[in-house]
Order: sequence, then structure tokens, then C-alpha cells
Amino acid sequence: MRIHCPYCGPRSHAEFTYGGDARRERPADSNPDTTWWSDHVFLRDNPRGEHQEYWQHTHGCRVWLRVTRDTATHEIGAVAIAADSSDARDNEDRQ
Amino acid sequence: MRYSFWNLAREALRGHRHWQRAWRDADPAKHYDVVIVGGGGHGLATAYYLAANHDVGRIAVIEKGWLGGGNTGRNTTIVRSNYMLGNNTDFYEWGLKLWEGLSQDLNFNVMLSQRGQFNLCHSVAQMNAARRRGNVMRAHGIDAELLDAKAVASALPHLDYRETARFPIYGALYQGRAGTARHDAVAWGYARAADQLGVDIIQNCEVTGYSFEGERVTGVHTSRGHIGAGRVGIAVAGNTGRLAGMAGLRLPIESHLLQAFVTESVKPCLDYVVGFGASHFYISQSDKGGLVFGGDLDGYNSYAQRGNLPLVEDVIESGVALMPWLSRARLLRHWGGVMDMTLDGSPIIAPTPVDGLYINGGWCYGGFKATPASGWCFAHLLAEGQAHPLIEDFNLERFADGRVLDEKGVGPTAWAH
Repeated sequence: MRIHCPYCGPRSHAEFTYGGDARRERPADSNPDTTWWSDHVFLRDNPRGEHQEYWQHTHGCRVWLRVTRDTATHEIGAVAIAADSSDARDNEDRQ
Repeated sequence: MRYSFWNLAREALRGHRHWQRAWRDADPAKHYDVVIVGGGGHGLATAYYLAANHDVGRIAVIEKGWLGGGNTGRNTTIVRSNYMLGNNTDFYEWGLKLWEGLSQDLNFNVMLSQRGQFNLCHSVAQMNAARRRGNVMRAHGIDAELLDAKAVASALPHLDYRETARFPIYGALYQGRAGTARHDAVAWGYARAADQLGVDIIQNCEVTGYSFEGERVTGVHTSRGHIGAGRVGIAVAGNTGRLAGMAGLRLPIESHLLQAFVTESVKPCLDYVVGFGASHFYISQSDKGGLVFGGDLDGYNSYAQRGNLPLVEDVIESGVALMPWLSRARLLRHWGGVMDMTLDGSPIIAPTPVDGLYINGGWCYGGFKATPASGWCFAHLLAEGQAHPLIEDFNLERFADGRVLDEKGVGPTAWAH
């Protein structure tokens, strides 16, 4: 697989570290409900097909990316810088 | 037909033209008391023990492809029982005890070879951890021996014992009753034995959804029509998340990719199963002479059943660090399978929040050795509706309750287990 890093261009996925499912919703730090927290830590959608996930360009520019990849074909679609994605901003708003 | 020496001799004299089918090619009936989804080792073992040990009425196993075409046909065939936490210890040992009598039980040779397994240690800390694990095993009546480097070298002369070895060998935890079994024979043996007890085995029949009456599951929609069911058990490791998702459930499981490899046949050179302690690598020599080995997961969610090259390089580097001569062997085949990786690295055999739906999955990459015990305990759960004492810890609630069974101690990162 090759991931198109916005800074470094297309690079082998061996240069990246996997960060897992990017659609998990982290509860606000002030949220005391343990069900929310255990769902966030342990439960996954685990789709066959389009999957949004984090990858860090560890052996390159070290930026965290939000990558859309197909788990059945390994085809890589959209790649965005994770800090720019709307979910990351939502998380900050919630906190 | 019961297989025996006399049958074999008679059929040989008749030119092997009169063997019967090993199991019927059943068409689906309208309704069964128990439907098991998944015709791999675990599903077929469940059907066999359900028919043999319990009285539940009509049983069917439905399989989207062919029997044993998933992970049962894609593993490295190792059986062992060297686990440490909670139910893991006794569950896998019960599995090994069932393996020991399996060929006789099924009247089918599963070619169990209890050649012994070495888990190598490469530091004082690893020796201490191995001593602790061995003590837990022995306290549970399981055979375990802590061996020093000299004893390891006399049994395994072809590893790298040079002073310059990247990871010097300090010793090993040895389980003499561990070994390997013939993976396809396990699926076929259970299928044949279950069929003889009246279980319908329906292949090329893919589940597309469930039917409900109120909150209760009443059957499965399949590519060959609707099949009614009193209870539905899913044993589809690799795809557990998808099958549970069809019933609206989210599980503590991610599907990941694991590759395995076999070299060309070479003369006998490795008499045991060997696990490398410095990197994730395990190897044994098959009866045909091929060196069968595997290592880490590829490390990203996947259902593709085919892997990527960086991991191939990583596994082979690990192998060559342990036994440098491996670099001269040529790879014959390599393949990929989809693993149900749970968030604590231990399996799930449990009722689900959906009435009438039970799951058996989350085998990570240790499912093959568990096949008999998994079938035994899942059959008990489907028949009685209650967990067998050997699987009480393998429930879904353990994650939220903080009672995870994390043998490796790496936390809730599915691909690190």
C-alpha cells in the first residue's frame, strides 16, 4: 500500500504507524458516564469496505493523517491531515 | 461407513471404487432447532458436540463457501495449552485433552503429532516470566518444563548459538504435549462425525441477515432462502463483526490480517515447534518436510485475505535471526487470513444482547488449537443457554467491567495482541 502524504508525497505504508479507527468518538473529559468510556475504548464498527483510520508518518514528517481505505481491497482514497479534520475540531469543542 | 483397517484393505482390493461420500450434501430444511453459521473447525466441532453430548433436536451448519476454507485452512496448525490468565489456562488444556483422543472420537485421523513446543527466552527477565507461566501451568496440572540453554541446544541444534547472535538464547519454556495437527482433517473429521449424528451441513449458503419476532432471532436469511432457527450460533471468526453487525451489535473486535508461509520440502531438521522470544515468530516442520512459519499481524484492519510485502520481510528477518540457514530455503507458498482480534487478545463465547443469538469468535490468532474445546463449550452454551464453567470469563461484559484477559499486557490495541 502507498499512502499519499500531503507533505512528503506517495510513500510506502511501512513508513507509517497505524493508529486505528478514526471514527470513534472520544467522550468529553468531564463525562463521568463509564458506558461512554468503555464503548469508546473497546467497541468498534469494524466495517468491511470503507474505513476511516489514523496513520502517522513516523519515518517521515511525523504528521498524523486521517486516511480513507477499503478494508476489503486495501485501496486508499482520501488522505487528510488529522488535525484539520472536522471530527478533531468537534472533539475540541466538546471538551 | 466406519473407517477401519479391514475396510481400507477391502476397498484397496476393490480398486477404491466403492467409498461412500464422507458426509451428505444437505439441502436446507425450513426450520432447525439450532443453526450454526460457519462451517470451519469451530462451527463443525460445535455441531458434533451438540449432537453427541446434548439433546436439542435438529441441527444445521451453514457455510458461505466450502468446509474449512477460512482460517481452518490458513493456520500454522500448532496445538498447545500454555496460557496463564483466568479461564484461558483450563480451557486450552481441556482442548489439548480433547485433541489427544480426537482421532478415536471422530474415527478420522487428525494426525496429531505431540512433538513438543519450545518457547525461547532471550533475557533473564524472559526466563523469569517463563518460570512464572510454567508455575501457573503446573499448578493447573499442565506439563511445563523450564530448560536452560544447554538443554535447548541439545534438542534444537540448528539455532544460532554463536556469541555474536543478535538475540542469545538463555533457555526455554517447554511443553512436551504440545505439537501440530492436520488442519483440513479436523474440519473433515468433525463434518463426517456430525453428519453421521444427523446434522445437516449446507455449503455455498451465505447468511445475509436475520429474521426477528419482537426482540428474538427466529432464523437467518441466506442466499438459499430463509432458514428458521430456535437458536442461532455464529462461529465465523474473521467475520464475527460483520455477522453481529447485521443484528445491530457492535463488538470489541477488529478484523486484522495474518500471513503464514511454507518453504520447499527439506530433510528433517526441526523436530519440535519453536517460538522465538525476541520477535514474534513461530515455526515447525510439516510431515512433507516444508518449514511452516508465521509472525506478526500486518497491523491494519483488513478483510482482504492477502498481505503486504513489508510484513513478509519482517517475518523472514525474524526467522533468519533465529536460524540463519533459513535464508537458503525457498518459499513455496504464502497466504493470508482474517483474524478476529479482540481488544484484550482473548476469545468470546457468549450470549449476545439479542435474544436467541450466540457468538463464538475473537480467536485472535490462536483459534486452531482451541477448536475442540471451543466446540465443546459453545455446544453447551447453545444447548443450556448458560456458559460452561470453562468459558465463564469469555463473556462480552468483561470489557466494560474491567476484567479483561490480556495475556500479553498491551492494553486495548487490537493489533498489538
